[in-house]
Amino acid sequence: MSPMKTHTWPEFIVERNDDRCIRCQVCVNQCTFDVHSYDAGLDELFAVDMNCVGCQRCQVFCPTNALTIRTNPTQSRPNANWRLENLFDVKKQAESGGIVLTGMGNDKPFRIYWDHLVLNASQVTNPSIDPLREPMELRTYLGRKPDRVVFQRDGEGQGEGHGSPVVPIQNMTPLVAIETPLMFSAMSYGAISYNTQHALMRAAQAFGTMANTGEGGWPREFRQYKENVIVQVASGRFGVDLEYLNDARFVEIKVGQGAKPGIGGHLPGEKVTLDVSRTRMIPEGSDAISPAPHHDIYSIEDLGMLIHALKEATRYEKPVAVKIAAVHNVSAIASGIVRAGADIVVIDGLRGGTGAAPKVIRDNVGIPIELALAQVDQRLRKEGIRHQASLVVAGGFRSSGDVIKAIALGADAVYIGTAAFVAIGCTLCQKCYTGKCAWGITSNRPEVVKRLNPDHAAERLENLLRAWSREIKEMLGGMGINSVESLRGNRLHLRAVGLEQWEMDALGVKGAGL
Amino acid sequence: MYDLGKKQNPYGDDKLHDACGIFAVMSRSGRTFSGEIPIRAMENMHDRGNGLGGGYAAYGIYPGWPHLYAFHMMFEHKSAKAETEKYLHQFFSSMDGEEIPTRPHPGISSAPILYRYFLGPNHHLLNGLSEDDFVVQRVMHINQKIDGAFVFSSGKNMGVFKAVGHTEDVGRFYRLEDYEAYCWTAHSRFPTNTQAWWGGAHPFSTLDWTVVHNGEISSYGSNRNFLEMHGYYCTMHTDTEVITYAVDLLARRHGLPIDMVCKVMAPPLWRDIDRMPKAEKDLYTTLRVIYGPLLMNGPFSIVLAHQGEMIALGDRIRLRPLVAAEKDDAVYIASEEAPIRLVEPKLDRVWIPKGGEPVIVRLDDAAMAIAHPEGRSAVK
Repeated sequence: MSPMKTHTWPEFIVERNDDRCIRCQVCVNQCTFDVHSYDAGLDELFAVDMNCVGCQRCQVFCPTNALTIRTNPTQSRPNANWRLENLFDVKKQAESGGIVLTGMGNDKPFRIYWDHLVLNASQVTNPSIDPLREPMELRTYLGRKPDRVVFQRDGEGQGEGHGSPVVPIQNMTPLVAIETPLMFSAMSYGAISYNTQHALMRAAQAFGTMANTGEGGWPREFRQYKENVIVQVASGRFGVDLEYLNDARFVEIKVGQGAKPGIGGHLPGEKVTLDVSRTRMIPEGSDAISPAPHHDIYSIEDLGMLIHALKEATRYEKPVAVKIAAVHNVSAIASGIVRAGADIVVIDGLRGGTGAAPKVIRDNVGIPIELALAQVDQRLRKEGIRHQASLVVAGGFRSSGDVIKAIALGADAVYIGTAAFVAIGCTLCQKCYTGKCAWGITSNRPEVVKRLNPDHAAERLENLLRAWSREIKEMLGGMGINSVESLRGNRLHLRAVGLEQWEMDALGVKGAGL
Repeated sequence: MYDLGKKQNPYGDDKLHDACGIFAVMSRSGRTFSGEIPIRAMENMHDRGNGLGGGYAAYGIYPGWPHLYAFHMMFEHKSAKAETEKYLHQFFSSMDGEEIPTRPHPGISSAPILYRYFLGPNHHLLNGLSEDDFVVQRVMHINQKIDGAFVFSSGKNMGVFKAVGHTEDVGRFYRLEDYEAYCWTAHSRFPTNTQAWWGGAHPFSTLDWTVVHNGEISSYGSNRNFLEMHGYYCTMHTDTEVITYAVDLLARRHGLPIDMVCKVMAPPLWRDIDRMPKAEKDLYTTLRVIYGPLLMNGPFSIVLAHQGEMIALGDRIRLRPLVAAEKDDAVYIASEEAPIRLVEPKLDRVWIPKGGEPVIVRLDDAAMAIAHPEGRSAVK
């Protein structure tokens, strides 16, 4: 059969200002989607708009600003039900018979609760604290905390004498300290490039926080960052061995992901290069399939067994985290996870990103992280087990404002993925699954990977952590708080604007002015 | 049900704001001071309060009844008193009651009925509870269930005197110059939004523990969450309530020594912990990791007292004033230096305690044996 004529039209229009164009062909070289071409005979540049994904790489790198990438103003016939996106999806499926794939997080206009929450500040009755002059503490300990301190006075037992040292006598549970409540989320080598993973780990180390390997194994060269690395154990078990587990600061069992709850992963064989195959411990060129469920976890008691198997494997020296997607009944599930022995519960919300997911899943499954977080924190407190696990949340955090509100809703720390990508070039073109990322972030083609200089990318990432941490300190100081633990779950510092009563109840916050 | 929350917090605010002046004095050897001392000191700090509440806690004032629980009570009407006395008769075997002596004072109006009782628990009814826990339950019942009745304090050989008014007027109203105590703590209130209520003045007390507090705790929500997880329900919406419960959880239920309790509420900074020798580093890391939610953030200075011990503590970056001074066997604590110099011009030493460094004063053993022959209550 001859190729089918497509009924779609270009989403973007490439406009080139010929007065400015110097024929340098940077656009031709930079575009990985074959949009630009140069005809030497005519000394002219051409663009195939149909191929453009709107990643803006050419626009950013054009030395004379001759390029403008414009969203195609052509609309489908006005229809409140059938928007252009719906038409295009149907047309693409009619032409291919396949599932429509996409990358990054849900881009639909679900209510973003962060934008409906406002923070408090000190006025008169207590002083705001200036972080430029006063200490401001962001250090956070992740892991299961003992119920209480058991200790004795040195020499005299549990007496009341003063001055003699007090010695805690219980064994502390394994904990991991991070210097800011921000970590890099799980993004696997294969789904992201070698250089991207390198930059993430380097920045995490420089700032005293954590980067997560994702489920694609951990290249041996990056073990030098092991003090700042979380390893993931997902349903495909790629790259998992005893050394992998024991080199990490903590181990995360990935049950679900916010972008695609209930769905596994599929790294196509083309992306399984020699290096990827070694890291994942699978044959070169073979598809890497992560099943939808873990085939050894069909229930909560199975999860408990896996948690303890991993604890055995790491001699009870490392916290074990369990990551789930935010779904209905998330608070009951989280409670079960804590009771199954997890030391950290990770919840990934509706807007969490991905390298590849069926679009229909990404856009329709799961619940917003704000509601999930508030409910889980509240539930664990009601059950008196909040201290038994740290709560880490993920899913579309755009600014330090979102992060600090999450802390006030009860999060111990926040995973950032999309924001980290944006910091190193990503423009959310959502084409990660094609392996063509022009920014070198998610592609594994050697000529594109090298575009992302790990030194420069690590610097940008470290800057982002620093900038957000500074902003968090400013906001904390404004509230008269000098340690992040005093904001954790402290909903009195939040008020809602423009929410329904049920939403405020779910979040556990009052309306503004009350 | 007697809705204390409503009385205390008529507008349903998240929490009540307070600013204040505090003064305390204690002799290590059990030497006593007349109530005139704290009255004059509080008068000197008149402007730190706004006349909406003042009070005193006095330790060692009932040397004749060191074995009996002294209930200082207010009743808004006679039936509350009758109902309370009926209730007390059920649970206590020995019981003496009298009106708390007062004098008319132009600064104090609308006084409730003020009574004190000296009570010994009926041992047949303890049901395995300690006497102290038994008494705490009775106090909770009276405060929550008997309309118009409120227990100011319920410890042995001590008492709380408080009222709506300027603190020096409150002292003179209660004729405190007639009392001799080895330890006094005093407080003047400047509430920003509470309507005046006698029970809402400081000191706040359970058993023989009293708290006077100046500050605003910005970590209130986090502190309350943690305490609720441990079964404390914060109905008064005040910082002082949270501090009291935190001390009860840490000191009584978890058995932390009082200096460690202070280190939970005002812990060293991480950057200082990082530089400590290993043993200390482990200790403070453990305390902060486990009890981080009880860190009292924001400005405060507090004076805690119980039988034979007084503890003054300021927040760790010293956002509220706290001055300490020493003269012979006596230690003075106040929001300002002036009132201390007023009542004791010749001091051996005056200092400003470091943020988070508690000043702990204890009765020596001989004095303790006289004032509190049964030793400290179960509340350690």
